Amino acid sequence: MVNSWNPVRGGWAHELSGPTDPATDSGWTEHEARRGFFTDTSICIGCKACEVACKEWNRNPRDGDLELTGWSYDNTQGLGASTWRHVAFIEQDAARVEQARESGRRLVDLGMPRIGAPTADAPVDRTPPDTAEFRWLMASDVCKHCTHAGCLDVCPTGALFRTEFGSVVVQPDVCNGCGTCVAGCPFGVIERRSDGTAAPTTREGERKGEQPKVPRRGVAQKCTLCYDRLVDGQTPACAKTCPTTSIKFGEHAELVAAARDRVRELHEQGMPEARLYGANELDGVGGTGSVFLLLDEPEVYGLPPDPRVPTADLQVMFRRAGFAAAGMVAAAVVAFVGGGR
Amino acid sequence: MANADCIVLQGGNMAEAHPVGFQWVAEAKARGAKVIHVDPRFTRTSAVADKHIAIRVGSDVALLGALINHVLTHDLWFRDYVLAYTNAARLVSADFRDTEDLGGLFSGFDPETGTYDNTTWAYDEGSDDTLQDPRTVFQILKRHYARYTPELVQQVCGISEADFIYLADAVTGNSGRERTTCWAYATGWTQHTFGAQFIRTAAVLQLLLGNVGRPGSGIMALRGHASIQGSTDIPTLFNLFPGYLPMPVAGRHDTLDAYLAAVGNTQQKGFWANADTYFVSLMKAYFGDAATAENDWYFDRLPRLTGPHSTYETAMAMIDDQVEGYFVLGQNPAVGSANGKLQREAMRHLKWLVVRDLSLIESATWWQDSPEVLSGEVRTEDIETEVFFLPAATHVEKAGSFTQTQRLLQWRHQAVQPPGECQSELDFFLELGQRIRSLVADSGDERDRPLLDMTWDYPDDETGNPDPQAVLREINGYRTGEHGQRELVSGFGELKADGSTSSGCWIYAGVFAGDENKAARRVPGGGAGVSQSQWGWAWPADRRILYNRASADPDGKPWSDRKKYIWWDEEQQRWVGDDVPDFPVDRAPHSRPDPALGGPAALGGDDPFIMQSDGKGWLFAPSGLVDGPLPTHFEPQESPVRNLLYPQQQSPARVIYPREDNLDAPSAGEQGADVFPFVFTTYRLTEHHTAGGMSRWLPYLSELQPEMFCEVSPQLAAERGLVNEGWATIVSPRAVIEAKVLVTERMTPLTIDGRTVHQIGLPYHWGVGNEALVTGDAANDLIGVTLDPNVLIQESKVGSCDIVAGRRPRGAAAEALLASYNERAGVTVQTDNQRITDPPAELHDPAPGDDRDQEGWTRW
Amino acid sequence: MGRLSTLQWPVVRQLRTGDRTGRGVAATSPTTRDLQPRTTTADRVVQSVCPYCAVGCGQQVYVKDEKVVQIEGDPDSPISRGRLCPKGSASEQLVNAPGRQYEVLYRKPRGTQWERLDRDSAIEMIAQRFVQSRRNRWQERDDEGRILRRTMGIASLGGATLDNEENYLIKKLFTAAGAIQIENQARI
Repeated sequence: MVNSWNPVRGGWAHELSGPTDPATDSGWTEHEARRGFFTDTSICIGCKACEVACKEWNRNPRDGDLELTGWSYDNTQGLGASTWRHVAFIEQDAARVEQARESGRRLVDLGMPRIGAPTADAPVDRTPPDTAEFRWLMASDVCKHCTHAGCLDVCPTGALFRTEFGSVVVQPDVCNGCGTCVAGCPFGVIERRSDGTAAPTTREGERKGEQPKVPRRGVAQKCTLCYDRLVDGQTPACAKTCPTTSIKFGEHAELVAAARDRVRELHEQGMPEARLYGANELDGVGGTGSVFLLLDEPEVYGLPPDPRVPTADLQVMFRRAGFAAAGMVAAAVVAFVGGGR
Repeated sequence: MANADCIVLQGGNMAEAHPVGFQWVAEAKARGAKVIHVDPRFTRTSAVADKHIAIRVGSDVALLGALINHVLTHDLWFRDYVLAYTNAARLVSADFRDTEDLGGLFSGFDPETGTYDNTTWAYDEGSDDTLQDPRTVFQILKRHYARYTPELVQQVCGISEADFIYLADAVTGNSGRERTTCWAYATGWTQHTFGAQFIRTAAVLQLLLGNVGRPGSGIMALRGHASIQGSTDIPTLFNLFPGYLPMPVAGRHDTLDAYLAAVGNTQQKGFWANADTYFVSLMKAYFGDAATAENDWYFDRLPRLTGPHSTYETAMAMIDDQVEGYFVLGQNPAVGSANGKLQREAMRHLKWLVVRDLSLIESATWWQDSPEVLSGEVRTEDIETEVFFLPAATHVEKAGSFTQTQRLLQWRHQAVQPPGECQSELDFFLELGQRIRSLVADSGDERDRPLLDMTWDYPDDETGNPDPQAVLREINGYRTGEHGQRELVSGFGELKADGSTSSGCWIYAGVFAGDENKAARRVPGGGAGVSQSQWGWAWPADRRILYNRASADPDGKPWSDRKKYIWWDEEQQRWVGDDVPDFPVDRAPHSRPDPALGGPAALGGDDPFIMQSDGKGWLFAPSGLVDGPLPTHFEPQESPVRNLLYPQQQSPARVIYPREDNLDAPSAGEQGADVFPFVFTTYRLTEHHTAGGMSRWLPYLSELQPEMFCEVSPQLAAERGLVNEGWATIVSPRAVIEAKVLVTERMTPLTIDGRTVHQIGLPYHWGVGNEALVTGDAANDLIGVTLDPNVLIQESKVGSCDIVAGRRPRGAAAEALLASYNERAGVTVQTDNQRITDPPAELHDPAPGDDRDQEGWTRW
Repeated sequence: MGRLSTLQWPVVRQLRTGDRTGRGVAATSPTTRDLQPRTTTADRVVQSVCPYCAVGCGQQVYVKDEKVVQIEGDPDSPISRGRLCPKGSASEQLVNAPGRQYEVLYRKPRGTQWERLDRDSAIEMIAQRFVQSRRNRWQERDDEGRILRRTMGIASLGGATLDNEENYLIKKLFTAAGAIQIENQARI
């Protein structure tokens, strides 16, 4: 799919909210089809290969102070300047599983997600699967590569840019570490790398007790969708290594379609709690490049239920500011005219 | 596994320990296969299984035995398969007595030595195809497992009847002509005092269901090291030569003839009848021209065993100052071996120690920073041991082959040169051997003859390192060609006992056939065929499924279209299909050769189990296992539960070491059992590797699991005041350790025989030292040394302990705490180490008049 | 870096490329435009096998200037299909580990510190001790006069992480030396 700039649509509105093609909006004329991730958490085994493969490819330092967090098997705690893939572990008892199913049923009743025509004439067996007393959810989180990316929109230096794959990438050689983007991300993904972390671990300085230099310190950092691999037709490191294909990489449109099919399949297996996250292009960020299949509400995984890019209101704000300015001018004119009397 | 219709993962944690292998389970599940995880803990495997069934650790034989009973009593066994391919119809000696008769013992037990004389387990002449004779294997099996009922499973394993029926229905519903069920296990089965019998129970069940030798069937061993299979095939083990030939034992194998007769006499069916060709070829590979017919192919100069010389025996011999030097090669016994304190004490008694590893592991630095040095119990200045640390090459800095868990040899090409002073074991041992040979070259000592006679000339390859392909060629073997030239053999069928062939490991013969390193084959995806045979090389003879003759019915037709694999082609008069037939390729299904022919020639057309002396799958094992012909439930060495099935508490033939440095907690019913009231089990995590030598030095892995922890249920946490993220002290009769606490519902208290049994989970990756990025107390310090008598593997999956909140005491106070526990429990070296639990109930042979069918009949 | 040509002025770039908001093509730096993965710039790719568990996943080892710069799953492998677990994914770090030891070290009896020793000397010293301990603990016959022809003075542990060829030489050397106490992880 190759898109080109459509002058007919004109205006800036679609560049700030709602459905659009982000690469086209950013001046890529002959660009690639939009790429993204589909992370199917229902088959994640929590092995964390994605975390390691990501760090190794990007030569990111390890995080933290090597202490057990007590959060199930999660010891890296969340996405940050050095951890660009993060696996969450959530232990749930029967009551919580039932709540998740109930909320899933409500979503289905609302008609969300719309998943095409019914597949079979035969009634589908929606009996919930056996293991209902307890479950252990695992989910690999990553930068959402939003259609309307807050970090990008607020970046004053041009360090963040929209790639020809529709992803959002920091250029560390441009970033001056102002940190505006950190506040601009509705997911809390992007972060400035501080001195609190240890060094790139394939270099010296990671022996026991050492706290050596950190590269790219002070610069904003996050997942690049392995831009440096994509330019040469390679798969991002996390998706390539994922043992169970919980992380899928590909063309965004195809992934979203596959994700909808998978939700339908799980619903038919009696798992109404299955739902998509980020696949709705009408949401506050225009949908995300990284789409997730979740088995409970987003908050359970530490994801905001209704993310909204801060610039989404820019148009309204501009319009109001315009009205205000026009009013001021009118007032001035009136005052001037009146004053001449 | 991807072809299975039902997968039972039991005694292993596949998603965590073998994540990439687990993709095949995930694929089978996506295709509709049922995946059931039976494990004491709810793990990452359980999280993606259809069902998790919590089981009390160590009670698997009771569960599997009950499945056998269920299959037999409900007539769910695969009749055609069982009748044709197993020994169900064979008659067993009239003198055989079952554990049902003798309270937990089989006939032939010697309480003094703790060993069985298996004479009474032998077959009698004849068989009964109606399976009605009480002396048939089938009827013996039925009687043996008759009391293994769902109710018993509930009482012994803590598994509800509903869960048992779920499992039984899933397994039996997915077995038969059209469907297959596969089992996979790991060290959760092997690390027990009767671990081999755990696997045997599954084998009996799978044979009854026809799940051996067919696509998506079998019992998969999930092994934990890159070449752990290879290191048993070409063993660095005391009791074996390459290719599973035994090391000679003094008194049993004093002559070559006696040795060969014991390994495989030429009269028996199957491929062991050719053991002479394997052995002679091995000696020719080892000693070249010095192995001759006159000197019995060097047999007389081989060292002899006199009993078990396992790593634990050796460690104890070290403590007795019998061993002077020790090589530790890519292993970390100070952390990874059971009873770590005993291991470290053993090393303190050495004159010299050589550690070859990538980093300064705890087994290299214990003289500086072991728990005993840190506590002040011993002083570095007093330790006499000389320690050499030699840096090793990594897997990319040398070429060579690994054999993975499905017997597949895969070649690694060398990517870069070893840095600094790092070198491969190949380089090191070749050089060490050369130096040893120079040192003894002129000694004139007869004892040095074998060192000088062995072939030890290996060329360098183009990288300037010793050429591993030259070694692989020697392993493959040579024959003498027409003109006296050496030619590589193309398979073990070419090996001869006349000295004209050599082979360093007969089961690997063919890996270098035609001078092609077949382990290095790398056709993408393994080629077009179902068996992916163009990738690497599988022993034996490149077969991907063993005993695959059983994938066809007795007439040679596939059992079903769905499970088609190898079948008899009438036109070609050959076995054909998707794999190399694991059978004489032209032996027609109904041929009945004269058994007197011996060897492969004697195999009938329906004898798929070609390595067995009768060509059949053994439901009952008349020989081969030293602790019984049928798997029987016993309690672990230490257990808070009485054996509900027999008066005999523990496996009577287990290998015990009653020593002051290897004490056990009193089992249920004994004084002091309540001092160590909880069960602990040990395991791996995805993020680390064994004793941590290849993971705790890596920042990326260390940050994912940075600290030693224990997993406890909320109920146990409440009972003992344990707080999530806080500290706990865990005490066994061997050691006191501390760990951070994870309170989790993944741990479930079980109701066993009416009382609550708490299980505590302990990963075993951490060790005490100064070098690793992450360190911590070692779970293995808690574990005692009691072994399975078949394979001499320790029971590290289960033990008894106490747990209290807070950190452990430091210095001498820790020893004092341990002593007070043992005193309170009344622990002595005799605790748990009685051979016979209840002699009056067990050693009495039932009188002929006893009527077992009489209602209420009981022996005890 | 020299002065930007007028054409490279940001605002000109924005207008010239049609990236009106300056968030895409106009914002790319020369470094970004020249990005190439090190899997592409490597001098060679070598096929290998993961050194951790026994699944035997295929690996591709990327070498640049005789250093390993990346290790990834080998998509050709029918066993692993290009995938690796966290340990396999950390293989490059295993090879280039910060805590890896590159030198031979020696601790003398009662010594409190490591000392350096060159490798040749170390292997020669080990060979001498091997020969001596072998003799010290030699057993020719047992109490009943049966042949033993072995030494109990030397033991070895390890092998499951080693290559078949290496295990073969170790077993051969130990057998010829009469040293029987040889074990590996398969028992543990």
